Amino acid sequence: MDSRTNIGRVRGLGSAKHGGEHWLKQRLTAIGNVLLVTWFVLSLFMIPSFDHGALARWLAQPLVAVPMILMIANIFSHVKLGLQVLIEDYVHDDGLKFAAMTLLNFYVIASAVFGIFVVAKLAFTGAPA
Amino acid sequence: MAKNPNRPLSPHLQVYRWSPQMAISIFHRATGFILATAGMMTLLWWLSAIGGGTESYATFESYVVSAGPEGSGLQIASNWFFRLVALAVTFSFFQHLASGLRHLVLDIGAGYELKTNRTWASVAFVAAFFATAFVALFVASRFLGVL
Repeated sequence: MDSRTNIGRVRGLGSAKHGGEHWLKQRLTAIGNVLLVTWFVLSLFMIPSFDHGALARWLAQPLVAVPMILMIANIFSHVKLGLQVLIEDYVHDDGLKFAAMTLLNFYVIASAVFGIFVVAKLAFTGAPA
Repeated sequence: MAKNPNRPLSPHLQVYRWSPQMAISIFHRATGFILATAGMMTLLWWLSAIGGGTESYATFESYVVSAGPEGSGLQIASNWFFRLVALAVTFSFFQHLASGLRHLVLDIGAGYELKTNRTWASVAFVAAFFATAFVALFVASRFLGVL
């Protein structure tokens, strides 16, 4: 008798030994994206004007900066999982695949860190004139 | 294992009649790629322009939104380029959202009956098309002074 849970049984399976992890993460970040991007669009509609001062005051609020940081992190996680599948399916040469996968990781991590830094700096130090 | 380039290939894309179910699959990937690159790079430029101050935001606006009557040739070309980008990203957003929601339904094991599957694939395309048209008309009339 196997007394493990359902999730315990599938973890570590598959040729990559990651089981359903990639698949599940892609779905979880997708649901997160729906929620966070819905917030983003609604929040954009409630900004009184789109001049720089109004946008900077909007973005510096904790209740905007925090979901914005979450949105950047969640979207780029989803980007990493999604573009990884594109590379696996369409890049057949081993060397090119390795290079593409490396570039994808650089792109995703650099972009997410840049975006999060921009928002955090504005929230902590206020907008420059 | 050595690959033999002369081995027979199974029938591929070109021999099948295109159906909405096939189209939505490749559109999901293509729109995801557009959002991941053009969409996210424009979003990050916008955020960093806000963080950079009034002057950097004015630069962003002059290249992406509108350079005004005194804009340089490069800025005006860039404005038109970003209008195309905005249209592509808007359509990609709604298309990826609609087919992504469809995937979540399929993931719970529902909607695989031939007719149902075909119908909802078509619905996703139609919904994305009308949502994009609505946003484009809204932006054109409210912000660009067209219409």
